[in-house]
Amino acid sequence: MRGFGKYTIWVYSGMALVFLMIPIVYTIIFSFNDARRTNIIWRGFTLDNWLNVCAAQDVCRAFGNSILIAVVATFIATVLGTMIAIALVRYRFRFRNTTTLLIFLPLTTPEVVLGAGLAAQFLQAGVPKGLGTVIIAHALFCISFVIVTVRARVASLDPALEEAGRDLYGSPQQVFWRITFPLLLPGIIAAALLSFALSFDDFIITNFNRGAEVTFPSFVYTAAARGIPPEANVIASAVFLLAILFVLVSQFTAAARRRRLAKL
Amino acid sequence: MTNSAVSRGDFAEAGADLELVGISKRFPGFTAIDDLDLTIPAGSFFALLGPSGCGKTTTLRLIAGLEEPTAGRILIGGKDVTRTKAFQRPVNTVFQSYALFPHMTILENVAFGLKRRGVKDATRLAHEALQLVELDHVSARRPSQLSGGQQQRVALARAVVNRPALLLLDEPLGALDLKLRRQMQIELKDIQSEVGLTFLHVTHDQEEAMTMADTVAVMNKGQIEQMGAPQELYELPRTAFVATFLGQSNLFTGQVVSSNADSITVDSAGARITVPKPRAERQSGLVTVGVRPEKVSLTSTKPAEAAGVNVVGPGRISDVSFSGVSTQYEVTIAGHGPISVFEQNTSISRMHHDGDEVWLTWSVEHSFGLADEGDVEHDAPRFVDDTPTTSIATRKRAQLKAELEEG
Amino acid sequence: MAFSAFTPTEQKADASIQKRSPVALLLLLPGVIFLVLFFVTPLLSLLLTSLQEPVPGGFFGEYRQALRWENYVFVLETYGTQTLRSFGYAALASLFALLIGFPLAYFIGITLRRFPLLQALCLVLVIAPFFISFLLRTLAWKQIFAIEGPVAGFFSMIGILGPGQSITGTAFSVVFGLTYNFIPFMTLPIYATLERLDLRLVEAGGDLYASPATTFRTVTLPLAAPGVISGTLLTFIPASGDYINASRDFLGSTETAMIGTVIEANFLVLQNYPAAAALSIVLMAVILVLVGIYVKRSGTEDLL
Repeated sequence: MRGFGKYTIWVYSGMALVFLMIPIVYTIIFSFNDARRTNIIWRGFTLDNWLNVCAAQDVCRAFGNSILIAVVATFIATVLGTMIAIALVRYRFRFRNTTTLLIFLPLTTPEVVLGAGLAAQFLQAGVPKGLGTVIIAHALFCISFVIVTVRARVASLDPALEEAGRDLYGSPQQVFWRITFPLLLPGIIAAALLSFALSFDDFIITNFNRGAEVTFPSFVYTAAARGIPPEANVIASAVFLLAILFVLVSQFTAAARRRRLAKL
Repeated sequence: MTNSAVSRGDFAEAGADLELVGISKRFPGFTAIDDLDLTIPAGSFFALLGPSGCGKTTTLRLIAGLEEPTAGRILIGGKDVTRTKAFQRPVNTVFQSYALFPHMTILENVAFGLKRRGVKDATRLAHEALQLVELDHVSARRPSQLSGGQQQRVALARAVVNRPALLLLDEPLGALDLKLRRQMQIELKDIQSEVGLTFLHVTHDQEEAMTMADTVAVMNKGQIEQMGAPQELYELPRTAFVATFLGQSNLFTGQVVSSNADSITVDSAGARITVPKPRAERQSGLVTVGVRPEKVSLTSTKPAEAAGVNVVGPGRISDVSFSGVSTQYEVTIAGHGPISVFEQNTSISRMHHDGDEVWLTWSVEHSFGLADEGDVEHDAPRFVDDTPTTSIATRKRAQLKAELEEG
Repeated sequence: MAFSAFTPTEQKADASIQKRSPVALLLLLPGVIFLVLFFVTPLLSLLLTSLQEPVPGGFFGEYRQALRWENYVFVLETYGTQTLRSFGYAALASLFALLIGFPLAYFIGITLRRFPLLQALCLVLVIAPFFISFLLRTLAWKQIFAIEGPVAGFFSMIGILGPGQSITGTAFSVVFGLTYNFIPFMTLPIYATLERLDLRLVEAGGDLYASPATTFRTVTLPLAAPGVISGTLLTFIPASGDYINASRDFLGSTETAMIGTVIEANFLVLQNYPAAAALSIVLMAVILVLVGIYVKRSGTEDLL
């Protein structure tokens, strides 16, 4: 990939990145559309949508539900997933292969199957669908992602560090909370953020298990037939901008710290 | 289990005796240590030397409490600690990888052990320990901001600050370059004489073991082959393993053909080699005898037979390598493997050349007779197989560079 | 990063540090119980549901347990087209996503190594779509493709699109939507392997008289294989079960219905639970077989 290929790949990748950005930019622009009922045709610039997001009450409630579900499901998936990840790397136990299969099978199962399966089970068990069933469903598909992310972090942890902690008079509890946990924390946070993003944006599994409850994606799905209120664009854009800001700040502080370290 | 073993009283100002009694450690599929007995007197600098896989690191981990022995007892200062956990033992380790906590500052690292034991002025003591290794000025930094040598010194301070009865060093100089190694070797010796702890140093580097330790134990296949002062081990190796792992040796195997009150004589493929009886482990039958390469001289004319001198030859020089202070020759004699000879490059000695016919002579009292049974020459390791070739290459290169700079 | 979900972890856990302890059970049990309760039993309940029969004279949506294997014959006869279409669309989308994602991953992971800031920025751009609603992004394409929109205008001008025809609602727009939505899932795992690639290996290829193309084929590509496998699985599996892109409110029409579409319709609208369950089992089985063959053929059995 030298010679003329050198420029080809710059152009090609640049086009791919622009392609990725098109609908994002579109969504953000249309959050400023002075739309009345349907937000399809550009009718002029306005800040009203941003200033009165909750004018469309159902959008706001759906958003609140999504946040609530994502927070609780992320918490469950992160705690359970981290525990399993530590056990997988650090302990020998029987049925190891079965356990590994159990953890990775959800990753190879399409969401529609996960959703329909849970819904069939709730139906048979007579469990009424609602926020609780959605939370369980979300925790289920997030847990495998948490395990994979945290496991990599545990595997890269030098066991000598914990041994040093024990050697320096740390009891097992002290070694875990003062050494192991702080060192795993970046991996756990990454896993939790990923869970949150996956849960917040999930539609398919949610749709099978939500009953009458509305989440942000299910609101958008139902509204798609009649037209999306611009407030939905406002919420999506705001979440997007916050997330990007967060990622950029953490990326650049990390880069800056690396450079500072390199100078020393 | 209580924390009683960690009570203040165990942290003596001087070190404590360490005693291993009948220690065995079996892992699934192999035995790392087999019925090991070892006593290390308080205040000594003891080195466990051996190739990787010989069980030396496992021994260290057993003493630290990071592994549990399959059988046997461990006593520190006369107290049985076999069933206590690592954090309950008055022992500290300087890990091979240093194992500094990356999320803590240097000061927090050094104070970690003191704080766990609830020592009052942990911070002050930590600063003092950092002063000892001349790194107090970096106490606020993170480990990743220090060089390898600095990290090594922090690891040392972090262990020494606890005034453990026993300080374990797991190849702590392995990651350092030659110059830093030398510097750290001196520093370690200084610290030992200053704080008076018992040091147990595990290494595969014979030179490091010989220059630093009062007593060296050579370990092979889970057992101690020989133990003693470095000079003693070098001058009178007991087994072929020690003879070839610690420095180089020329070994000859043959039947004992004659024996008198003072010495035995062995016939190895026509070469008659005499060994003083006190220096021979076995005195009849098939035995292996040897001599260190620097004890051997070369002559181009057949020397006269004389009492007290072994003469072997004639042979031909098959390789000459000049290394400044000395010249290393390789001599081939029918019926024997290649024999190494080191000659000092003093003005009197003349150079021999490739293909020259030579005789080898050495004083009888430099011969040694080994305890191994049968022909050992073929299974004795010629090379320390765990030394990666890259490290040999870098070390050679560093040596060459140092010589060039001097020249 | 979790996007290397299917790539083997580089450092195989050192068996010597693993020990047996009751702590392991304590750590595993809650999560395993959770997975058994909400993953294994639901699959079993799907299997049971797929064999149910309607209660004679019962209400709409009332079924009882039976062993009605004909349900499978029924769904395959009725929804065979949709099932095949799903795998076809998913395969095409995976291929296109690979054609876009691989060069992009190569660009970010290798070309941009000398520009760390630009590299970080491009990586953020690849991850960015995750932060904005999947549904809104898909709707944005629908509106961009709309009849009165600029793309449709251009297409009719050059004569691809006849009068009254639209871009949306076609196989093209559904595969387009799937491709777009899964590009990040394809790019990130490939990036993760290429980013770690030791460039000296590529230089060694050149040093040993391989042309850049040969080096790429014989050195870079095999080393990137775990990422490619991981990316294709992360694209193909969810794409084959997706029904948002194919929905007629988004980029599809009744002509583009996929297996997910019919599962959803049978379950949530028609309340034909046995049919929905049977289709889910078919989907899951086909995917497991395809993944099994794929993983075996690429010679990386230890992926899972």
